[in-house]
Amino acid sequence: MSRTLRWWVLGAGLAGVGLAFLLAVVDLPSFGSVLHPSRDLAVPAAVQHGTANVVASVTFDQRGLDTLVEETILFGSVVAVAALLRPAEDERLQRERGSRPPLEATRLFGYLLLPLTLVVGLDLVAHGHVTPGGGFQGGIMLATGLHLLYVAGRYRSLEELRPLPLFETAEAVGTAAFVAMGFAGLAVAGSFLANFLPFGAFGQLLSAGTVPLLNVAVGIAVGSGGVVLLAQFFRQVFLVTEDADEHVDEKGAARP
Amino acid sequence: MTVLIGIALTLVLAGGVVVVFTDDPQRQAVTLSVYGLLMTVLFLLLAAPDVALSQVVVGTAIVPLMVMLTIRKMRGNR
Repeated sequence: MSRTLRWWVLGAGLAGVGLAFLLAVVDLPSFGSVLHPSRDLAVPAAVQHGTANVVASVTFDQRGLDTLVEETILFGSVVAVAALLRPAEDERLQRERGSRPPLEATRLFGYLLLPLTLVVGLDLVAHGHVTPGGGFQGGIMLATGLHLLYVAGRYRSLEELRPLPLFETAEAVGTAAFVAMGFAGLAVAGSFLANFLPFGAFGQLLSAGTVPLLNVAVGIAVGSGGVVLLAQFFRQVFLVTEDADEHVDEKGAARP
Repeated sequence: MTVLIGIALTLVLAGGVVVVFTDDPQRQAVTLSVYGLLMTVLFLLLAAPDVALSQVVVGTAIVPLMVMLTIRKMRGNR
């Protein structure tokens, strides 16, 4: 493909996207107006299923399949990062490489926020169907919170608290649990991811049917996925290339 | 409320410009983190607390952390 042709293809693509965007935006109700068609449909549907957090109702009940696909994208991304950042043949781990201990203030900050972040993360997962939050927000907060140990200068403790094979399994189990809930809905109520459990009392911990269970499944999957993802980056920092003269590649020349 | 949203939007705009014009990638990770926090405030003002929660963790913690670790790895191997 010649350079000019490529520019034409790009131009046609941009014009098409621009036109579609314009057509989509022109019909939108104006910002802050009373007219709100999606809200008028989503809120009664959420209340009907005993879900106080309408956003959770949309993501896990009304549009559960979209969330499952998102979850799968995240899963695929973590697998891709793990594949790309795996240690090369001539790399080995070297711990505590030239790292200075953090400032006392930073360390204190890490220790103070660690329990707080973990509790908030658990709360977000557990109450995702009642108050803002949910499996994704809570899970990713738990994964990040654990890494405050690194901020506090305790990378070794972090490694001990983080058995990677366990988290890798948990990520897969969480994702599989979401799919299993979908098939359970299909078997019991006749449609994939149908909300087939009792809706309970509005605003209570036990309400909204399958939504809290899906939140827990997503929380496990996203939390473990986040830990596995960050672990790949941390391992890269502690990986060093072995001395070049120990290795000779297939052509017989020493590596640079 | 409209005034607050206007202020938040302006801060997000200014924050984005600062991130783009930060030359050193290591400093850029910090400005990106602040930018993530400004976005969080904007989402909160727009009555989207669920999105704000995602934004505060992903935008101000995870992404800057991955950038910092990547930079540390690259500088260490030079």
